[in-house]
Order: sequence, then C-alpha cells, then structure tokens
Amino acid sequence: MIEAIFMITAIVCLISALLTVTAHNAVHALLYLVTMMIAIALIFFLFGSPFAAALQIIVYAGAVMVLFVFVTMMLHQGEKSNLDEKALFSLKNAKGPLLLATILIAELLMISVQPLEMNSSLVPLSAISNEAEQDSAQRDNTSQPNSVKSLAIQLYGPYRLLVIIAAMLLLSALIAAIHIARKTPKHVDVDLSPEETQLANKQQKANS
Amino acid sequence: MIETLWVIILSFSLFAIGIFGLISRRNLLFILLSLEIMLNGIILLFVAASNLHGNNDGQIMYLLVLTLAASEVAVGLALVIQIYRQQQNLDVDTLTKLRG
Repeated sequence: MIEAIFMITAIVCLISALLTVTAHNAVHALLYLVTMMIAIALIFFLFGSPFAAALQIIVYAGAVMVLFVFVTMMLHQGEKSNLDEKALFSLKNAKGPLLLATILIAELLMISVQPLEMNSSLVPLSAISNEAEQDSAQRDNTSQPNSVKSLAIQLYGPYRLLVIIAAMLLLSALIAAIHIARKTPKHVDVDLSPEETQLANKQQKANS
Repeated sequence: MIETLWVIILSFSLFAIGIFGLISRRNLLFILLSLEIMLNGIILLFVAASNLHGNNDGQIMYLLVLTLAASEVAVGLALVIQIYRQQQNLDVDTLTKLRG
C-alpha cells in the first residue's frame, strides 16, 4: 500500500518537475513547482519524518514560493512575457541539455540495475535495523530514534554551531538582498558637487 | 516498505531535470526554479538516508540545506529585480557588462 502511494507520488513529482522546467508562463511554472514540493512533503510523511514534511510545506511551499510569486507579480507583463519566453526557450532548441540529462539518468539506471549483489544488501527504508536503533539509543537517551524531541536535543547539543551558522547565513542573505534590490540613483558619485560630498561626509560622521 | 533504490532513482531524476532546466533555460527566474528542483532532489536523499540509518544527522542536514535554499532564493530574486531594472528583460545571454 505504502509502496503504491510512493510510486504515484513519485510520478506526480517527476511530471510536475518536468512541467516546471518546460513551462513558458512563469506563474504556471510556480504552481507546478508547488505541486512538486507538496509531493516531496508527502514522500517525507511516507518515510516517517513528519517534521521534515511540515518544514517542507511551511518553508518551501509557503515562504520561498511567496517570494517567487511576489517577484513574478512585479515583473510579469502578461502576454508579452509569455511571447518573450517562447522566443528564449523551446524544446526544439534544448536538444543538447535534454541529451545530457538523459545520459545522466541512463547512467544511474545502469549502475543501479547492473550489480544485483550490491542492491540486495540495501535495507528497506521503513524497517530500521536493530543495530542502528541500538546505536542511536546509546548516542542519545531518547526512546524514539527519529522523533522531533531527539532531533531538537541533537540540534541544540552537538550541532549548536550549525544553528549559529544557519542564523548568520540568513542574516547575511537578508542584508545582501536588501542592499542589492535597493533602488540606486544613477551616477550618484559623478554628479555630486564638492559641497554635497562634504555634507554627505558630515552626515556619515553624525551617524557613526 | 519503500525500496531504497526507488528513492535514489527519484532523487537523481529530480537532480537531472534540474540540470536540464539550468542548462537550457535563458530566463533567470526559471534558472532559479531549476536550482530549487535540484536542491529538492538532494534534500530527498538526505531525509531518506536519515530514515534508513535511523539517526537524525540527515534531518539536521536537511534543516541546513533549507536555510541555504531560502537565503539563495532571497539573494537570487534581488538580483533578478536589479537585472530587470537595468535591461527590462531577464535574458542571461544579454548580461555582458558587469556594471551597466
């Protein structure tokens, strides 16, 4: 049953990813991408990690997609954008990339089908082996190895530095985004007269 | 019971689709979307490995990749807006000057 649901979800995921990549309308591409992300969240649920699934929906399908939608709203010009996009991209002109991507997938399929003795050693996902269970039980004293509680304990225990790095990454991205997207007046450094530069310097000193 | 092999194939296919989009599209917005697809393929592999081995390191890595994706999207979209202001379209092939 779970395997059937996984297969259907995986097919939905792949189809919507392909449609995202080949769509001409940016809004359609965004909606297909949301479909793909919700499909991936469903796969996370099937794995048995609901925290990752919830984060996938909240952060990806929520926050990141809202950013994309806002930018598309700002920049999309209706039919003109669609026509421009059709001139920029068509499947006929994308034969080379298609060939390369197909080669990659074919190689993966060959590797994974050919050596059967390697595949037979793989454990099914939902059956966690006893050794791993004992390992993680020794490592942290929580009862369930994959619960949100043990995740939080690990995150604020041995992985403290990672949380700080993530926070600093987000902060620097915020500052960079604000700085880049700011409207800059053109040729500001050329047009300034000496008095104006003096005034600007004074203001800088006052600010600091 | 989900076979590990199918998960790996799904993840790698998503990555290949993302690479296809990355190479073939010329609109910067769609390039960012393709990057998102590639990151999602990697994330899928991380969470699957975390569940296969029964420890949480994969999910912690998932959190970090999620943060990375969010900041990448923020900076990338700021660049999209700035490029659109400069040349009224998002064709990356016409970006030939560093300072327009």
